[in-house]
Amino acid sequence: MSKPKVATDWLAGCAGCHMSFLDIDERIVNLIELVDLRSSPITDLKEPDPSGVDVGILEGGINNTANEEVAHKMRKRCKILVALGDCAVFGGVPAMRNFFKIEDALRRAYVETESTDAEGKIPNDPELAKPTRVRAVSEVVKVDVFVPGCPPSADIIYYVLSELAQGRIPVLKDERLQWH
Amino acid sequence: MATVTPQKITIEPVTRIEGHAKITIRLNEAGKVERAYLHINEFRGFEKFCEGRMAFEMPVITPRICGICPVSHHLAAAKACDDLYGCPPPRPAQLLRELMHMGQVIQSHGMHFFELAGPDLLLGFDADPATRNVVGLIQANPNLALRAVRLRKFGQEIIHILGGRRVHPVFAVPGGVNKALTRSERDQILAGLDDAIETIQLGLKIFKDWAEANQEDINRFAVFSTGYFGMVKPGNTLELYDGQLRLIDANGQELEYFDGRDYLNYIAEHVEPWSYLKFPYYKKMGWPAGVYRVGPLGRLNVADRIATPLADAALKEFKALNNGKPVEQTLYYHYARLIEALYAAENVRALLDDPDILSTDILNTRQEIRGEGVGVIEAPRGTLFHHYWAKPNGQLERVNLIVATGHNNWAMSEAVDSVAKTYITGPEIREGLLNRVEAAVRAYDPCLSCSTHAVGQMPMVIEILDAQGQVQQTLTRLHE
Repeated sequence: MSKPKVATDWLAGCAGCHMSFLDIDERIVNLIELVDLRSSPITDLKEPDPSGVDVGILEGGINNTANEEVAHKMRKRCKILVALGDCAVFGGVPAMRNFFKIEDALRRAYVETESTDAEGKIPNDPELAKPTRVRAVSEVVKVDVFVPGCPPSADIIYYVLSELAQGRIPVLKDERLQWH
Repeated sequence: MATVTPQKITIEPVTRIEGHAKITIRLNEAGKVERAYLHINEFRGFEKFCEGRMAFEMPVITPRICGICPVSHHLAAAKACDDLYGCPPPRPAQLLRELMHMGQVIQSHGMHFFELAGPDLLLGFDADPATRNVVGLIQANPNLALRAVRLRKFGQEIIHILGGRRVHPVFAVPGGVNKALTRSERDQILAGLDDAIETIQLGLKIFKDWAEANQEDINRFAVFSTGYFGMVKPGNTLELYDGQLRLIDANGQELEYFDGRDYLNYIAEHVEPWSYLKFPYYKKMGWPAGVYRVGPLGRLNVADRIATPLADAALKEFKALNNGKPVEQTLYYHYARLIEALYAAENVRALLDDPDILSTDILNTRQEIRGEGVGVIEAPRGTLFHHYWAKPNGQLERVNLIVATGHNNWAMSEAVDSVAKTYITGPEIREGLLNRVEAAVRAYDPCLSCSTHAVGQMPMVIEILDAQGQVQQTLTRLHE
């Protein structure tokens, strides 16, 4: 049997969950025996295989139109979707923006900030994604496995990945269910 | 994936960088590169949504700007709070914060060289994209890859020992830190130090060998003149935790030497409609004449010496590359990064040998609130500013952040444009050429999450557009 294919991506987060993944340290050698790491911010494949992957992992919430597209594509191309970390599970710290109007946040950043010069204006090129309300991944696509934590510890991530690699859905409860 | 049309190439996402970016390469009627753009494609809004929070929460909130260098934000926020609350930390607390910072510099620089940029250098720019990554590196050279994993672990463990966790530690508070270092913890860190230094020296040798074999590429790959900016201690000694700021011009002449608290007199930020990342510049020269570079290359160009012996010897060799003038080649960022990692590791020993390092005098509880505070630190990627204004009770009214990668925004855009024009010359566009365009960004080790505190991520697509703006070709990094 071929190794299960895993694809990962990051949305509105901080990359800390991917760093916590790298914090499995030497165990990465065991892990790559178990899984085939496909598209990911740490590889050069740009999107999940069109033929599909077994596991898709998303870090970060959804705060713009580009994140929506990435989430939909990942959902379409993976069998099991994992929301990794507090931002993906709940929206996390970036969701604090929902207490403000998006226009006010943009104006503060690109016009009002003390270091911005007099020509400051809100970027609006069509190449740029449009900001939206900040949402958990499950508000946009169906999620199969939720792994909270900011970030989840390396041990939890290793447990989740090795269970998935062996065809089991990881169960997070008791000491494995961490909220910090 | 990369999309290619007769007119535009889009590379999205840019990979092996931190955060979200895409590159668009516009082609003219003749099919030549007209201009290439680096778009930083995310906005988060920390400067707004931190309004109304208590200042003392900032060392916990702002690390969520970036999970690769959370310690930079943690410490810059704590330093801004020291200033705002009027509670300078006792010396042992300063040493412990600096120790945590060194852990971060080691892990961040080490990871970047071996795990992110390394695949380009060790496996080749033209290697199969399906294996041109850390997994491919493990398969090609397991011993080296494991050393790299151990080096990153060494830095992360310093952070863990001090702050309770590796990512988003909880350690620095206004006026000091919340935990002293024990003797056994100190010895635990010391036990891994020689191995870490050996790995960094091995990295330096790998880079130098690579540079010797690739001199031609180095000298035509995004070489341009700018000013340089970074922190120094007296004698223009390299400094990463606390010091004065120094700005030099392209010839190495000093333009400014100032206290970070006065940054608004010297630095302004320009906005372009095509990027969520702003473009800082030297105010007196204006935009875009006043552009400068930060991070490892910027810092080594503004420094004349390093306080630790091995790194100082390495700096002398580095300075000889351009006869003492600033080093301009973008690919030498990798070299400068390793020299800084060597300094950080040697500095770990100096800090652990300091008689004050085990002291429990770690918190100044006497506060004289000023209501405004600036915290500046050299994050792995460059100078980081946190500036807060608060009510007398410490509740924040305004927040301004200038993040390390932002200072290099102009340089990264210029590098992308320059490399695209150098390497994309014919009708046929190979993946390896596009990877070089990405590598131009990668050399700066951008942290786009940071830059778009304001922002959040950095993948990359290549689309090729024609003169009419129609998509002509899309290049993907898929295996097909």
